[in-house]
Amino acid sequence: MSKVTIFKFRLYVAGDAPNSTQAIANLKLFCEKHLKNRYEIEEVDVLREPERSLADGVLLTPLLVRIAPTPVRKIVGNLSDQNPLLLLLE
Amino acid sequence: MWMKTRKSSADQSLKAPTGIEGFDEMTGGGLPQGRTTLFEGGPGCGKTVMALQTLVNGARNQGEPGIFVAFEESPERIRLNASKFGWALTELEGKKLFLLDARIKPDLVQSGSFDLSGLLASVTAKAKAMRARRVVFDAIDIVLALLNDPVLERREIYRLHEWLLESGMTGIITSKGGSLYRYDANAANRPQLGFMQFMVDCTVELNHEVIEGVSERNLRVVKYRGSSFSENASPFLIGHGGLQVAGARETGTIKTLSTQERVASGVKRLDAMLGGGYYRNASILITGVPGTAKSTLAGAFTESACKRGEKTLYVSFDSDANEVVRNLTSVNIRLARFVKNGLLRLVWERSITGSAEIHLMRIKNTAREHGARCVVIDPVSALSKSGNQATASSVAERLLDWSKTSGITLLCTSLLSDRGMQTEGTPLQISTLADTWIHLSYVVRAGERNRGLSIVKSRGTGHSNQVRELILSDSGVTLADAYTAGGEVLMGTLRWEKELAVRAAEIEKVVLAKQKKAALDLEEAELEARLKTVQVELEAKRDEKRTLINLEDNRDQGLIQNKNHLRALRGVGKE
Repeated sequence: MSKVTIFKFRLYVAGDAPNSTQAIANLKLFCEKHLKNRYEIEEVDVLREPERSLADGVLLTPLLVRIAPTPVRKIVGNLSDQNPLLLLLE
Repeated sequence: MWMKTRKSSADQSLKAPTGIEGFDEMTGGGLPQGRTTLFEGGPGCGKTVMALQTLVNGARNQGEPGIFVAFEESPERIRLNASKFGWALTELEGKKLFLLDARIKPDLVQSGSFDLSGLLASVTAKAKAMRARRVVFDAIDIVLALLNDPVLERREIYRLHEWLLESGMTGIITSKGGSLYRYDANAANRPQLGFMQFMVDCTVELNHEVIEGVSERNLRVVKYRGSSFSENASPFLIGHGGLQVAGARETGTIKTLSTQERVASGVKRLDAMLGGGYYRNASILITGVPGTAKSTLAGAFTESACKRGEKTLYVSFDSDANEVVRNLTSVNIRLARFVKNGLLRLVWERSITGSAEIHLMRIKNTAREHGARCVVIDPVSALSKSGNQATASSVAERLLDWSKTSGITLLCTSLLSDRGMQTEGTPLQISTLADTWIHLSYVVRAGERNRGLSIVKSRGTGHSNQVRELILSDSGVTLADAYTAGGEVLMGTLRWEKELAVRAAEIEKVVLAKQKKAALDLEEAELEARLKTVQVELEAKRDEKRTLINLEDNRDQGLIQNKNHLRALRGVGKE
């Protein structure tokens, strides 16, 4: 059995702003559909960790970063549009 | 042109000085402290430079650290651009200045709507860490365009505005806009700009126009809540020290430094005509058609100023200043030595290289740098040659104001057109403002063209009303004595002939007098001689008379004796 690729995501959100909560919900939905049991999501709240958002160069939120597998991919927005998300599976 | 100002109870202390020359005067102290200002204008208007300058000056001079959020340019490019203005950003960076690279990558993948919360959180963190007092969001339009939804754009503007208010920092947002966009058919599609203008407390519009082929930058304060401000568009210059706004005339009265001191014009006889020379700190205008020796008079003034050891600035428009110096040596005006010892600064300006405002600012800057006491502008009429005619005359007016207030003796030459030759008026209308106005003209008579000089006006000095002939020779410049004949001043050969005739008449008079004296001497001698002859004759006559009397006496005596003798003979006895 080949080794299962784990998809690691980091999602930068801004508190419980509508875009943020939508992004979290949309990402979970997407992962459940396409990457069931093969994903990890780290949430970073830029309002609580502003230094980190500064260090990571986060400008627009919500921001989704695929850390693994490489290459790193970034998608900005509340993830309501499914088509761009398919890039994450490549 | 008068600046209209709105009265208000604005507190000066609520202003954040930009440190931009002219702008703080326009706004009565700077940008609204702790509030947001919008700089709008087309591409290349100078928004970024102005915002960065405000930040740098705040950090350097006001002790207000600042954050620059760059949506458009990379920090490296910003540093490079700043270094060209002499702002070493790296020295400020760290504690006093922070450049945040907020460029959105063009290959950004987007899914659904997003907002600026992440950015604002980052800036908040940084602002707290460095106690920032000022923040710039440069080219906000770029990030807003990504949203591609007027409602969302408006929401983000609102978010930004709220955040700025809460932060208490003095905020600057720059955005493309201004008149370029206002008259654009697409303007209706960009309602967020109008919304932004409504949100902010102060809006500054920057323009970059081309008038008659000459670039002219100007800025205008469109709104300023709770403060008076100068409402007119003021030209500005992006020079080697950054932005500099011109034409911000303080509303107060102009303090002039009037004095009784006279300065030599460089032509002794002209000084005499002016009753001692020009006044120190006066503005002198020399008008004339081409070739009437305007530059020569300007050169004579320059030389005399340098001889007194006064720092002088000679601005030559459209002809190489070194050529001017060379040409002046032909009339024994030697300026090269003063250029060498640093007293004289020659500047060669091309009128086409900028609008009148820009030239004025350059002249001011150079004069200040040089510490000039005397400034010569040859010819000032070049100011109206390129660009906006309307502003040129106001520039000339401010040029005179400036020289007055800064204690500079200003000599301008002005070229007159053929039409102007008859009216003796200057294209810039400065003839009315100048203190002394000397008009040079050609007088053509008897097949000759001679240079005539007349003092049209000279405030506060008695002056000759005569038209004099200006004579240029290799020994220098001088004015000839005036010869009038039949109510006309004679010049050139006619004057020379008159001079000769007068001299000949003098000689003739002397000769005649001599002749007359000789004739008189002769007559006198003759008369004296005649007098002697007569005297001699008189003596002779007297002698004759005496002899005659004697003879008669003798004869009488003889008769008596004879008679007695006869009586005695007749024996009658004596009677």
